[in-house]
Amino acid sequence: MRSQIEGSQAVARAVTLCRPGVIAAYPISPQTHIVESLSDRVRTGELAHCEYLMVESEFGAMSACIGASGAGARSYTATSSQGLLFMAEALFNASGLGLPIVMTLANRAIGAPINIWNDHSDAMSMRDSGWIQLFAESNQEAVDLHIQAFRLAETLSVPVMVCMDGFVLTHAFEQVDLPTQEQVDAFLPPFIPQQSLDPTDPVTIGAMVGPEAFTEVKYLMHAKQMEALDLVPQLADEFDEAFGRRSGGLLKPYRLEDAETVVVALGSVLGTIEEVVDAMRDEGLALGALGITCFRPWPGAEVREALSGAKRVVVVEKAFAVGAGGIVGQNTRDATRGLPVEVYDVVGGLGGRPISRASVRALLDEVLGGQLDPHRLHFLDLDLDRVQREMERSRHGERPGPHAEHMLRDLGAVASGTNE
Amino acid sequence: MFAVRIHGRGGQGAVTAAEMLSVAVFDEGRHAQAFPTFGSERTGAPVVAFCRIDDRPIRLREPITDPDAVIVQDPTLLHQVNLFAGLESGGFLLVNTSRRLGDLGLDDLGRRLSPTHAIAVPATEIAREHLGRPLPNAALLGAFAALTEVVSLGAVCEAIRSRFPGAVGEGNARAAEVAHEHVVSSLRRSADA
Repeated sequence: MRSQIEGSQAVARAVTLCRPGVIAAYPISPQTHIVESLSDRVRTGELAHCEYLMVESEFGAMSACIGASGAGARSYTATSSQGLLFMAEALFNASGLGLPIVMTLANRAIGAPINIWNDHSDAMSMRDSGWIQLFAESNQEAVDLHIQAFRLAETLSVPVMVCMDGFVLTHAFEQVDLPTQEQVDAFLPPFIPQQSLDPTDPVTIGAMVGPEAFTEVKYLMHAKQMEALDLVPQLADEFDEAFGRRSGGLLKPYRLEDAETVVVALGSVLGTIEEVVDAMRDEGLALGALGITCFRPWPGAEVREALSGAKRVVVVEKAFAVGAGGIVGQNTRDATRGLPVEVYDVVGGLGGRPISRASVRALLDEVLGGQLDPHRLHFLDLDLDRVQREMERSRHGERPGPHAEHMLRDLGAVASGTNE
Repeated sequence: MFAVRIHGRGGQGAVTAAEMLSVAVFDEGRHAQAFPTFGSERTGAPVVAFCRIDDRPIRLREPITDPDAVIVQDPTLLHQVNLFAGLESGGFLLVNTSRRLGDLGLDDLGRRLSPTHAIAVPATEIAREHLGRPLPNAALLGAFAALTEVVSLGAVCEAIRSRFPGAVGEGNARAAEVAHEHVVSSLRRSADA
C-alpha cells in the first residue's frame, strides 16, 4: 500500500514484515527513529515472536546479534557513525563466522570534529569488514533492500549492511509502497541457518584456526562475497517479478548510452545528479550517471562494462581516505584499468553539507572545460580562503590550538546544520 | 514543482507542519517530499523545514534555496535569519503575526511578491483560542491552503486529524479552518480595495 511516511518508519515496517526473531540495538542519531519504532512494534505485538534487546552499547548490540544468529534466530540491528565503530570488532566476527545478520546503517559522519549529519565515512570505514554493503537511493529502495537483504544474507550466510543516508532519507517524508505480509512471506522463507548451536548436535562456531587453514577459511569468505555478485542481480529480478518494481541490483545506470562523461555516486545524492544529467543532456551534452547500489562486494567487471564507453568518469563520494584520496574513486580506477578513461576523485557532502545541482553543475563544467586535474583529490564547494586563513594563523605562535574551534570562530557560528 | 520553506523555532512544529503538508498533498494524489534541517532542534532555536510538491516523483535532495512559498511561524526570526532568501516576485509569503506586514517592515517585500501573495495571519492567537495552546503550525497550514491553493483545506484538516487523533487533532483542524477563513476574507478585502 502506498503511504506518505517517514523513511525510518517505512524501514521499521519493512523489517517487521521480515519477521526477525531478535533485535538488539542501541539508539544513536540519525538511526534512533528506526529502533524506537521497532521496539514499539514488538511491544504492541505487531512484530510477534521477536525479542527486542535494549543493550548497553553498540558492541553489546552486535554481540547479542552474533549470539542470536548463532542460535538460529533471524537477527537485526541498526546504528550510525561512532556506533558502527564501537561494533567494529564484532562486525568482523559476524562476517568471519558467516552469520547472516542484517543491519541498517543510517549513514552519518565520523568525528572528530563531532558531527551528527550525513556522509558515508561510517560505511566506508567498515568496507573491508566482510559485510555486504548495499546503498539505497530513496526510501522506497531502502524498504525493498531490507527485504532483499535478509534473503541475500541467509542464502549465502553472510551479514548484510543496508546503508541509507541519515536525515536525508531517514527523516524525509515521501511516498513509499509498503508490501503486504503475504508478499514478503512469499519472497522471504523462514530462516534455516546453515550452522546453529544445538545441544543435541554440538558444533563449534568460532573455532581457533592457525596458519594451517586460516588462508583457506578467508578464501572461502571472499568466494562467498563474490557469489553475491551473481545473487544480488538475481534477487533484484525476482523482487521485480514479485513486487512489480526495480530495486536493488549491483548498479544503476542512468542515460549511459553514448555518454562521454559519467558521474559515479552512491545513495540519495543520485537523484540530484540525475537532475543535472537531464539538464545537460537537454543542452546536447553527452552526460550519464552510474549509481553503485552494491559497493561490497565490489562489482568490478560490471562497473568496467558500464564505463567502457566513457571518456571521463567523475566519482562524487561522501567520504575519503585521509592522506590517500577517494575510496570509491580508487575502486573505480581499478575497475577501469587499461581503458582510455580519466577518473576524477571528488569528495562532497561531508558532515551534512548539501550537494546541490549548482555545485554538481559547476564541477562538471570544470571537468568538461579541462580545468580539473585528474591526478589530484578535489573537495566540492571547499572554502579555500577559510582553510588558508587557518593554515596561516596556525603557522604563528607556539600553541596554535584546535582547528575546529577556530573555523567556527572565523565563521561566527556554532554548529547548526544550516550551512548558510 | 512547488517548493515550500517553513521557518520556525524549535517546539512550534515547523517539521511537523512540513510533514503534514506532504501527507495532505499525497492524499490528493500528488507527490510530496518533506524534510527538515537538523542540528538546532533545541526548543526556541531557529528551525527550517521544507516541502516539495510535484505531479511527478521527486528525486532532488538538496535544501530549498528558491522557494515558491515561505511560511514564517515566528516573526522574531526576522532579525535573526535570512528568511526570504531566494523568494522571487510571484512567490508567496505567510507570516504568523497579529500585526500588519507593514508594521514588521515587510511592505516592500509584499509589494514585490504581489499584494495577494503576502499575508499576515494571527495563527498563534487562533491556536490559543481553538486548541488552547500557542502552537501555530496547523493554523498556518490552513492559511497556506487559502493563500496558495496548492492543496485543499479538506486535505490539510484530514492530515492534521490523522497525525493527532482525538481532541488535539480536532482543535488543530478547527484552527486551520479559522485561519483559512481569515486569509480568504483578507484576500477578498484586498481585492475589493
